[in-house]
Amino acid sequence: MTAILDFIIAALIILGGAFALIGSWGLARLPSLMSRLHGPTKATTLGVGSCLIASMIYFPTHGLSWSAHELLITLFLFITAPIAANMIAKAYIHGRHVSGGRAEVNENPLPPPPHSGAEWATFGVPPSPKPDERAQD
Amino acid sequence: MIDLALMIALACIALAVLLNLYRLLRGPTASDRILALDTMVINAIALIILFGIMEKTTVYFEAALLLAMVGFVGTVAYAKFLLRGDIVE
Repeated sequence: MTAILDFIIAALIILGGAFALIGSWGLARLPSLMSRLHGPTKATTLGVGSCLIASMIYFPTHGLSWSAHELLITLFLFITAPIAANMIAKAYIHGRHVSGGRAEVNENPLPPPPHSGAEWATFGVPPSPKPDERAQD
Repeated sequence: MIDLALMIALACIALAVLLNLYRLLRGPTASDRILALDTMVINAIALIILFGIMEKTTVYFEAALLLAMVGFVGTVAYAKFLLRGDIVE
């Protein structure tokens, strides 16, 4: 039984390290920031997640006390990772607006906005559909 | 077996931190550098957890928990500064 658990723990640890490496390899390798955002999110959820599962199995099965730290770290990472990625993407789109027609902007075009006349939001105001009615108010 | 797995995983994460450092130095935009720093914090959390397993103690998990919280705040502050030119408005 202990051998099986040791094997599971070792497999999870190696999986965590491999996912961390794959995520950072994607970060270093992929061409533009919007595609680079994919890599580290896998390192966060799968890499750190499997390391945490390994430590959650390891400590009770090796006669050490169980602690809630792993659950808290998982909770914080899984809540904050999408928000951080969203903020970075917003800052990138905003930087493209500010920097205008530089070479890096033209080489990596953004996907088209959802409908014509719309623009990817950074902090711009959406255009009002009927300007005449607003003037009467 | 666990010791060998820990050594392999620690080597993988060390290599990952080097790749993050390459992206941090290379850029090209400020957002790339923020993303590289965020990934470095996450890899540091993984390193601390694996080190805790290696040393058979849960003391280091406090540091990992603090990094998980403070790293997010740092990332959001950097992105907010790029977006608005100010952090607390």
